[in-house]
Amino acid sequence: MTEGEFSDATRRLIVLGELVSDTRTSPLHPLHEAAGASFTDFGGWSMPVRYISDLAEHHAVRTAAGLFDISHMAEILVDGRQAAEYLDYALAGRLSALERFQARYTLLLAANGGIVDDLIVYRLSEVSFLVIANAGNRNPVVAALLERAGGFEVTITDGTDDYALVAVQGPRAREVVDATAGITDLSVPLGDLGYYRCTDAFFDGAPLLIARTGYTGEDGFELCVPVASAQALWRALTEAGEPAGLTLAGLAARDTLRLEAGMPLYGHELTLDVLPQQAGLARVVALKTKGAFVGRSAVEAGPDAGARVLVGLAGEGRRAGRAGYAVTDGDTEAGIVTSGALSPTLGHPIAMAYVDPHLAAPGTTLAIDVRGTWIPATVTTLPFYRRES
Amino acid sequence: MADKTRLSYTPEHEWLLVDGDIATVGITDYAAEKLGDVVFVELPAVGSPATAGTVVGEIESTKSVGELFAPVSGEVVEVNEAVVDSPELINSDPFGEAWLIKVRFTELPSGLMDHAAYQALVGE
Repeated sequence: MTEGEFSDATRRLIVLGELVSDTRTSPLHPLHEAAGASFTDFGGWSMPVRYISDLAEHHAVRTAAGLFDISHMAEILVDGRQAAEYLDYALAGRLSALERFQARYTLLLAANGGIVDDLIVYRLSEVSFLVIANAGNRNPVVAALLERAGGFEVTITDGTDDYALVAVQGPRAREVVDATAGITDLSVPLGDLGYYRCTDAFFDGAPLLIARTGYTGEDGFELCVPVASAQALWRALTEAGEPAGLTLAGLAARDTLRLEAGMPLYGHELTLDVLPQQAGLARVVALKTKGAFVGRSAVEAGPDAGARVLVGLAGEGRRAGRAGYAVTDGDTEAGIVTSGALSPTLGHPIAMAYVDPHLAAPGTTLAIDVRGTWIPATVTTLPFYRRES
Repeated sequence: MADKTRLSYTPEHEWLLVDGDIATVGITDYAAEKLGDVVFVELPAVGSPATAGTVVGEIESTKSVGELFAPVSGEVVEVNEAVVDSPELINSDPFGEAWLIKVRFTELPSGLMDHAAYQALVGE
């Protein structure tokens, strides 16, 4: 028996689970070990892939609440008189339009329009923004932000080593955060905190940022604290969450949750080789509301005619297409799967795939080559799963 | 559940229980844990030939795809339909209810490990 975790490219992985010595660990690592987590290498970090059961963790987030350590993600601070203008130039969205304590999903584009990373940007004050980048893209994002800062009055600080980030996600997430001892002095009460809004607060005297954001398709919060307070916050959340059924959840559950929610994962749906339009992200590029920004002319020119576009695929049975598997239309190769799994919530296989544009209409029947067996798959609108509001 | 200390093991994280010329084959608890929750199992047909080192089945979890290798050459004489119907047995009882196939073999391959050697391989 062999396996390829997070990568079907290495299906003959002989040494299972052995940590590479230069892999980084989260400030919460000792608590994960004590909780019996299994670890995986993700973006250069050794992070919990699951604690006990990835399915149980997935279902806990859909029905109660889950607690994730996402400290591998990069925190980059952008400060200065021209921070807003600068971000409008450096990134694809119009970040200057953000109000204080508002957040936005955006992209960092290369000059050719390819996607360097997808980001969440939080406006902390008139002159201060927090940029959250993917762990594996920390260096390219920091490098691009520094390179684009020429001529602007801004300071770029990579705070990744200084902050821990945890996510409480699920229908009972608010109850958990509300009940957590030590969280005080919220500028905006949790009940008034809208989706993609954040507030500053304190946790046991340390600065805390609470954002109503997430990557699961559920209501939830992401909490950013200085590394020194991370373990105490994790313990406090765990304790407060017990009555609500809060379950520690790893990256395996995070991946199936975000896939059901139709959210892209960098390196799978998003790469340097696709333009935002192909990934269904034209709406996050502010072509009409701002001027010059890196990648603008390439996005305006658009992808080549015939460039593949991202779609959702739904199948029957229990066999899932996986990243890298071919999508076919009859005998013709028509695309490639970027992520796929048997959906724990829906009970059937789901996938995201890039397919030829004439095959992208919902209802189109295609097939996925699952290691030599063709599994029928129907183009479906994203997301696969939407919570009841 | 089989006595783990009396089983033979392969570097592909499979176990064998040898009884006469029949080898019962499953995957180890270590492999099951690394896979995560198993959601799909495909096993070979009864009567099909097995060649040591070739893929005869698949084990899918939410996150991964594992291949089942035939650890011995011979004929598949029985497969465990219960595990096809309830793949989660692989996580709950990998050495017992979740045996996968029985193979009638002519000779055992070299390179099988005893329990101690396998424990050393997985660092336990």
